[in-house]
Amino acid sequence: MMQFMLLFSRQGKLRLQKWYVPLSDKEKKKITRELVQTVLARKPKMCSFLEWRDLKVVYKRYASLYFCCAVENQDNELITLEIIHRYVELLDKYFGSVCELDIIFNFEKAYFILDEFLLGGEAQETSKKNVLKAIEQADLLQENVDFQTRLFAAPT
Amino acid sequence: MSDVVEKTLTALPSLLSLDSQPGAAKLSSTSKLGNLIRGITELTSKHEEEKLIHRELASIKEQVSSPNTSMRQMKELMVRAIYCESLGYEASFSYIHAIKLAQQGTGLEKRVGYLAVSLFLNENHELLLLLVNTVLKDLQSTNLIEVCMALTVVSQMFPKDMIPAILPLVEEKLNHPKEIIRRKAVLALYKFYLIAPNQVQHIHNKFRKALCDKDPGVMTASLHIYLQMIQENAEGYKDLTASFVSILKQVVGGKLPIDFNYHSVPAPWLQIQLIRILSLLGKNDQRTSEIMYEVLDESLRRAEMNHNITYAILYECVKCIYTIHPKSDLLEKAAKCIGNFVLSPKINLKYLGLKALTYVIQQDPKLALQHQMTIIECLDHPDLIIKRETLELLFRITNTQNVVVIVEKMLEFLRMSTDDYTTIDLVGKVAELAEKYPSDCVCFSYKNYTYAPDNEWFIETMNTVFSLSGDTMQPDIPNSFLKLLSEGFESVEEDRKLRLFAVDSYVTLLKGETGKLPQFFLQVISWVLGEYSHLSEELKPATVLELLQKLLDRKQTSSETKSWALMAMTKLCEGRAGVSVAQQVSETYISSMDTVLRQRAQELQHLSQDSELRARVLPRDADLEPLEVDSSLSFLDGFVSEALAAGAAPYKPPHQRQEELSQAKVLSLEPYGLSLPISMSSCSIADRQSPTLLSMSSGLSGDSTDLSHKGGSTTLKFEGVKRVWGKEGYLAQKESVEEAVQVEAPSPLRSTSQQAEVVGSHSQTPTLTPTPEPEQEKQQLASSLFFGISSQSSVCLMGKSGPTPQRFRRKAKGQSSSSGATEQMSNSVVFTSTTVDNLLCNNPPDSTITSEVDVSSSKHTSELPQGLTAANGTCDIEAELTDSDLKGSSPPLSGDNGLENADPDPHENLDKPQGVCLSSHLPAELSGLCRSEITPLCTLQNLDLSACHVHREDTIVLVVFITNSSDSAVQHIRLDLDSELLEVSCVSESPAKDVRSVAVYLYSLTVRRPAVHVELAGTVSYQVPVGTPQTAQFSYKLPLTAFIRPLTVSTEEYGTMWLAFSHDTKQNLTLINDGQEPLVATLNVLRKKLQLHVVEVIGVEGILACKLLQDQPCLMHFRVHEGALAVWLRSPVPDLPDCLIYHCQRALQEH
Repeated sequence: MMQFMLLFSRQGKLRLQKWYVPLSDKEKKKITRELVQTVLARKPKMCSFLEWRDLKVVYKRYASLYFCCAVENQDNELITLEIIHRYVELLDKYFGSVCELDIIFNFEKAYFILDEFLLGGEAQETSKKNVLKAIEQADLLQENVDFQTRLFAAPT
Repeated sequence: MSDVVEKTLTALPSLLSLDSQPGAAKLSSTSKLGNLIRGITELTSKHEEEKLIHRELASIKEQVSSPNTSMRQMKELMVRAIYCESLGYEASFSYIHAIKLAQQGTGLEKRVGYLAVSLFLNENHELLLLLVNTVLKDLQSTNLIEVCMALTVVSQMFPKDMIPAILPLVEEKLNHPKEIIRRKAVLALYKFYLIAPNQVQHIHNKFRKALCDKDPGVMTASLHIYLQMIQENAEGYKDLTASFVSILKQVVGGKLPIDFNYHSVPAPWLQIQLIRILSLLGKNDQRTSEIMYEVLDESLRRAEMNHNITYAILYECVKCIYTIHPKSDLLEKAAKCIGNFVLSPKINLKYLGLKALTYVIQQDPKLALQHQMTIIECLDHPDLIIKRETLELLFRITNTQNVVVIVEKMLEFLRMSTDDYTTIDLVGKVAELAEKYPSDCVCFSYKNYTYAPDNEWFIETMNTVFSLSGDTMQPDIPNSFLKLLSEGFESVEEDRKLRLFAVDSYVTLLKGETGKLPQFFLQVISWVLGEYSHLSEELKPATVLELLQKLLDRKQTSSETKSWALMAMTKLCEGRAGVSVAQQVSETYISSMDTVLRQRAQELQHLSQDSELRARVLPRDADLEPLEVDSSLSFLDGFVSEALAAGAAPYKPPHQRQEELSQAKVLSLEPYGLSLPISMSSCSIADRQSPTLLSMSSGLSGDSTDLSHKGGSTTLKFEGVKRVWGKEGYLAQKESVEEAVQVEAPSPLRSTSQQAEVVGSHSQTPTLTPTPEPEQEKQQLASSLFFGISSQSSVCLMGKSGPTPQRFRRKAKGQSSSSGATEQMSNSVVFTSTTVDNLLCNNPPDSTITSEVDVSSSKHTSELPQGLTAANGTCDIEAELTDSDLKGSSPPLSGDNGLENADPDPHENLDKPQGVCLSSHLPAELSGLCRSEITPLCTLQNLDLSACHVHREDTIVLVVFITNSSDSAVQHIRLDLDSELLEVSCVSESPAKDVRSVAVYLYSLTVRRPAVHVELAGTVSYQVPVGTPQTAQFSYKLPLTAFIRPLTVSTEEYGTMWLAFSHDTKQNLTLINDGQEPLVATLNVLRKKLQLHVVEVIGVEGILACKLLQDQPCLMHFRVHEGALAVWLRSPVPDLPDCLIYHCQRALQEH
């Protein structure tokens, strides 16, 4: 099971964080700081996996963003790497050639997509189409609500 | 539904274009979040950022608490608050507003509210309780999106104690028509299973239904639960192996919709999950393993594309193949696969290759030989992760010949390591190796042309370990080291040499710079000097005393170390000089603030003056009779029971005290007037503290076995080593390796010459041309590392894989015989369950027994996955529908609620007069016994069926009455009964001879697997002289209590049994308060209603015992605690405690 996922920039700025295990804020900050440091210090040709405390950290860099997941020891590292990739694909499809700024300004959307893809630390839905469909439907609903409120607001 | 999808898809491009403007320029120009973000990026210093954020937070705070803020604005504010929090600033004032937003908002607002809650709070946060109502409301909403949101938040975080409040609603969602809702509901249940397994135990059948879901997504989600459950108890799910295999077969065969493909590999996540499940099921089980060989082979074959995802599947396959019962051709393929990984130029794959090697190396040491050059290279890899993994690999292949080199490599790594976690781990491993090998090295050293591990090596290695580890070491390392020194080995002379060497080396160390030595090490040194410095002839006690005194005087020395040093001095202070030093030192410390130090100083003072007493207290070279330590402190039992009798509170272990403290804060489940299941509402399930142990000596001795068990854990871990190995295939091949290493080594490299660019520079021809110098070094290293794996491998590795030479004579009393007994029991359970399957399979195909048993029977499930693809892969339908088998299997799939139809509530149409007259037909030997009411089972044209069960002391007898109500004679009455949970055997039949007579059938029942209620399904068939044969189905339900009998045991027997049982459950029940002593009253009710035996009642505690027929005991411990009754049940039978708890609750409620 995935323990947590972090997205941070090359400058070490945290962009997204998702924790699947209950931890205190203090602990989360400590872990984030340590991991960001460790990962940023690694050279490009190095292995994408880290043994860190009793967990395994799998990370990958996409342009200026690092995607970093911590999984349990018996979990498959390569598939975790592909989970990251699938998430990037989803973001890319949704935002249309996604860049760091999209994630900064629309981080709540990025979280929504993540929640449709991973739930409770496990891959919830691996079909790209289905994930996007779920997101679109929620967005569509919002459109309708907005439309209705405008409709009702108009006469007054 | 397809309309909705259509619409969504057409709306998609327009939606995307809204959001896809690069850099989100649209947003940033208007929104406040955009302004904030841009503001921050423009700042130059951390200080300015802080100021800006604080200003921002203040403004957010003001607006959120204003009553005029609309939900839409609130949403916007919440997003900003999330942003500030993610920058590391606290915005706790907004938490409550996030909950409010989730409650009151609509659509996106609600969604942001839920998101904020899940980001702000963790599952232990108390504010989360306020979310429960909102979740409840949304779960019942007609808006699917809202249900989805609620399920999403539930599967991320939900207060454990509140699960019962929403569980029925989530369960209901498993039947929802939309697959996305079913999927999320399954994941929510998975989450519940993880945090509170007991609470979802009753819905395991529904998990099976989810596994058979026609939507692959829902099925995939259910695998998470299965993986978890199988990890905990593989035996219970063996019957599903065929189903998992057939699902995997279909996935691999590309039968899933193309949507599930990932880079043209079909559903890789699903494949990996299934392979992991299979490897758990096939572990140590040849029969189950055989079922999966074919599909694993196919998986290996199909995964040939050069992409990460196929490697991920391959890696999982390899691990699986080496975990399950071995099959030689699969192993060969897996070994080739590992080779591809190890030799890959991609570093990630190389890493996994090393990991896979580490995993399989003990079974197949030859593989390490094949890749030895790669391993050597990895040992010097610039990436520490690779290096570390290589050491891990070497650690697994150490033997007497290579231990020195491997330990040296590990120490080298330790010197560079900066990470505490790695250091602790490695130090432990080095110490383990060092302690394991020196004993038998002596005999090997002559033929060893590298270095032999000997006394010097051992002491020096340990010195390095101690000084490198700093103070982060696990304390058992110095302990076991000292134990080793004191207990010694076989040869007295060797022992003396070892100790002498230690003393000499420590004296040298103490004479040098001691500032950097860790405290642990100083303590070890002190002890050794105190105990053994007399062995050295040239060393005078005065010198040692002086060194110790110097140690005492140092500022950095901790007071614990000082007391070790004082102890050592007490042993050494003889002669005039010694006494004077002792006096001097003791005077300094006799007034110390530290009580332990003061104590030691006192001892030193007194013993130094009285040499006779000292010789008695601290005898030199005492016969090291292994001290019998009564760790259970049983000699205090008398004292404890006296104190208890005098009214002292019973002892609670610290963890329990803490638990109780935290429980004081827990809310009760009552406030929500929800339709909770009756069983749940009366008890607070959260309250799971363990009842105090009765003051039974046996209760405590349990701890002592635990201790010895822990003690044994420092020995080498041989997990995953199967001794089944070598019987076929591999030992035979090993002979080919028996050539010298140097010859063997290069050949595999050549054979894989297509990978030559990777290892090309290192590949060697077997001819004896001189090799370049660095190569030679590597070769040398290789030969020293892999020495003993080649020619002697069968002796060293295989022969030793079991009990490796242990230096510590630890008593392995951890494995008590009781665990063996339970094992046997579970085996027998398996055996019986397989026979059931066979029974079911032999049934004629047209006899569809309607009951939930269908879903789980192997016959049906094995075919379910076919139905699954048929429902999804539209292209396959025509092809598969012609298959009549498929059609035949589909009804049980959808119709598992046929149970209700087939089972009319027996109490509703209870026919009393009939019951009275039927009872006269009871056989004489049963008539006087306690029995249930006679309930009608089913009515046919000519026959009426009724049944009751009769409690006998040692069995339960089911009596079925068949009454011929018509005027025509009935022939060939056939009655078949079957149940998954029960074993049914026919005792007697007395067929009716005449018209209007009653036939009585007797069956004796035994519980195969406990459940709250056990159910029988039956078929009756008969023939009337004219007309076609008739059949009808019926079912009969009995509560588990019918099978419970009192178990008469003494308190002592109870004590020993208690410890032996592994399955337990704890819960709080309500006490009955009707005038008399509540505990006694409650226990009396339980005793009467459930037929329990009260073993003993002491004060506020009571112990009861019962057995499930025939003789499966269950022990119960009751304790009154804060107005509730804390119950703790234990039994060797899984599920029995849980079922009994349920009946206890019912019994108390009905009272």
